[in-house]
Order: sequence, then structure tokens, then C-alpha cells
Amino acid sequence: MIESVLNPSNLQAIWLTLKLASLTTLILLPISTVIAWWLSNTHSVFRAPISALITLPLVLPPTVLGFYLLILMGPHGPLGQATQALGLGSLSFTFFGLVLGSVLYSLPFAVQPIQIAFEAMGPKPMEIAATLRANPIDAFFSVALPMARSGLISSAILSFSHTIGEFGVVLMIGGNIPGQTQVLSTQIYSHVEAMEYAQAHWLAGGMVAFSFLVLFTLSLLNPRATRVLN
Amino acid sequence: MNLKRHCISLVLALGFVSLAVCGQETSIAVASNFSAPMQKLVSTFQDASGHHIKVSSGATGKFYSQIQNGAPFDILLSADQETPERIENEKSGIAHTRFTYATGVLVLWSAREGFVDSKGEVLRNASFHHVAIADPKLAPYGQAAAQTLQALGLTDKLKSKLVQGENIGQTFQFVASANAELGFIALSQVFLDGKLKDGSAWIVPSDLYRPLHQDAILLNAGKDNPAAKAFLAFLKTDKAKRIMQAYGYQF
Repeated sequence: MIESVLNPSNLQAIWLTLKLASLTTLILLPISTVIAWWLSNTHSVFRAPISALITLPLVLPPTVLGFYLLILMGPHGPLGQATQALGLGSLSFTFFGLVLGSVLYSLPFAVQPIQIAFEAMGPKPMEIAATLRANPIDAFFSVALPMARSGLISSAILSFSHTIGEFGVVLMIGGNIPGQTQVLSTQIYSHVEAMEYAQAHWLAGGMVAFSFLVLFTLSLLNPRATRVLN
Repeated sequence: MNLKRHCISLVLALGFVSLAVCGQETSIAVASNFSAPMQKLVSTFQDASGHHIKVSSGATGKFYSQIQNGAPFDILLSADQETPERIENEKSGIAHTRFTYATGVLVLWSAREGFVDSKGEVLRNASFHHVAIADPKLAPYGQAAAQTLQALGLTDKLKSKLVQGENIGQTFQFVASANAELGFIALSQVFLDGKLKDGSAWIVPSDLYRPLHQDAILLNAGKDNPAAKAFLAFLKTDKAKRIMQAYGYQF
């Protein structure tokens, strides 16, 4: 039984999913830290619109995001024309297309925990660092970031797990290519649709167990990190 | 004057009576490839009968598992013959109500004018990045597309260029948005009033794939529903067949 579940195509989907989630998390962490810092410190008039824009993927159905990405990345879309002009071809149906989709889709989940951590910290620690003659960049790395540690960890967990669970966007822009865009969630869907329930059960059950283990371990290691989730 | 008023109230009364008698409601699950002609069929049927139809369109495989789990559909208009047969064998549908309502046609289509030639030679030249098909595991039209590539001996050559939609509707979207330059879809998706709506197409010769006979079946929930039975009867009429023909279906 287990041999049929761990067939090359399922293994490839598992590996691809982990790769996608890791890469997305790596890209999201620095971007989200910068955005979160700006959002928690600025008094600019653009704060509200930018904040709303970043939160959009949270409320939009993934199909909306996927549909617009498909059009944007297509040969007639602005993004597609830009990537073609750069000689990269079109991003739809490629792994990097999925990375881009995942980064956009998980952005609010990555920004919010960090922003909450920065806001909870308040301006005091940075002001004290300044009186001790730390320059702002030094203070940011040696005071603000360590203090926002739990927010950063939550952000990483959420980005990673949210990307693993991503489905609608992948379905819309992926094209189900083995080794390129065929990830776990679409693979499970495909098994269910084809009535291969045994395979679907193993993969889906494995995903539930994996997600639970990740969240459980992290809440043991760092009780504050998962508090933001609730 | 008086007579006229009587007539009006008589017509009104009869209208209400006929509505009360005929105005039944029925839910029908329809394979994605058939959703365009279905709209036209439903409006024609509703106007003539006074019945009301609720249409859900989607992948046949999905409807199968929903029906197995008690979805309240009265009729399934499937994209294949196997699913209705299985439903009948598993007693989720009424025996002896199965029939082929239409036979689908596979087409190689591009949104670009002049991209697909009338003999499908474009497939051999392979001057494109992506050719879209529906997932052969899930969609009968995807299966037909895979059979066609096999028959043409192009399966290996085009393997790296294949992208798969989850159903035929999504496959159409890939091609219509030009993300894939061309793709195998249902003729009904790009055909209207007996001609191609836009783009360029090659109607795949029917000897390259197994015929896409599409069967209907009355489901258990529709057993005593007069509207469901009337619609099935309507599908067999010449009037309904003319509508389906205009979308490229054959009989």
C-alpha cells in the first residue's frame, strides 16, 4: 500500500511543495519585515491604502488572484510582456510563476505577525538605543529584530504552512505539470476526482499530521510564537 | 366589455392553475463542455413548459462523488457514458433512463487567427511553448486529446509542452487568455450558430479518438419529479437537437 502512495509522482509533488513553501518563506521574510517596519512607524497618507492592498489576498478568493495572475502573466499582460522582453518567457505554467503567486497570496500572513510585534514594542526601545548612540540600522538589527523574534517566527510558520495549503492559485496558473507545478494540494485533488481514494487518504492524512506536528513543535519551543495565530 | 373582462380573469385563473400544475422545479448537473448549449436549452424549455430548472455545471467526476454522497440533483448530463452506467449499477440512478443526448466533438483551437491550420500541421511544427489539454485522468475531452496525440505519434514530442486544465472549462481559459498558444477543447466552447466564433481551429477527425458519446441519467432524487422527466423527454426532440447542433454537437 505504502509503495503505491510513495510512487515517483507523489514523491515529486511532496518535494516540489516543500521547495515552493521554503522558497516563498525565504523571499517573504525580508520583504515582510521591511513592509511591517514601515507600516508600524509611518504617518504617511499612503499607510492606509498600502495596508489595505497588502491585506487584500486575505479576503479575496484565491480564484480571483489566480485569474488576474493568469491574465497579467499571459503574453498580452503587462507582466508577461515584461518577462518576455527580458527573455524569460512567460511565467505562467512555471515554478517561478507559482513562487510569485505564493508570495502575493501569503503576503498578509507574513506581514501581520511582524507588524504586531513591532507595534507591541513601541518606539521606546529604539529611542533608548539612539540615546546610547546606536545608529538606526544598528538599533534595528540589534534591538528591534530580536525583540520581534516571536513575530518573525510566526510569520515564517504562517508563510510556510499557508503556501503548503495553497490550492486555488496553483490550480489557476499551474497547468498541473509534474515536477514544475504539480504540488501536493493539486495532486490530492486530482486523486479525489479520479476516485483514487486510497492515495488521496494517505497524502491528505500525511498533510494533516505534518501540519499538526509543525505547529505543535513550534508552540512547545516558543509558546509566544503561536499565540498570534489564535 | 363584460365578456372581455371575464376572459381576462379566466386566462389569469388558467394561468395560475397551469403554473400550479406545471411549475415544478428541478436541479440538473451538467458537464462543463455542455454548459453553453444548456443555457439555450433551459430557456427554451422553461418558456414552453413553465417548469423551472436550476443548472450546476462542473466536472463529471466531481458530480459523481457528490451524487454518491447524496447531492440533490435530479438529472446528470454527463460528459461520458461510464459515469451514468456506474451510477445506475450502484443504484444512485433510475434503471433504463440512460440515453446518449449528444456526441461531442474535439477541436484544436487557438485564440490567434490563422495559428491553427485546417489540417492540424501546427502540432508537427511545434512552434509554440504550450499546448493545453484537460487532465486525461479526469476529463473525457482530455482523454480524447491524449488519444489524438497518440494516434498522431506526437505524445513524446509534445510531452514537455503539455499543460493540463482541471476540466475543459479551465483548459479553454488557458488558451483564451493566450497563456497557452493552442489547446484541445470542446467544439461547443468556440462554436455558435454553426460556425467558429473567433480564433483558428482544426476539427479533429473523429477516427483519431474514441467517440465522445455523452449520456444522461435520471437520478434517484428526480424519480417522481415531472419537470425532470419532461426535460429528459425534451432533450430527445428535434427542436432540442437543432439547438445542440448549432453548438457543434453531433448525433
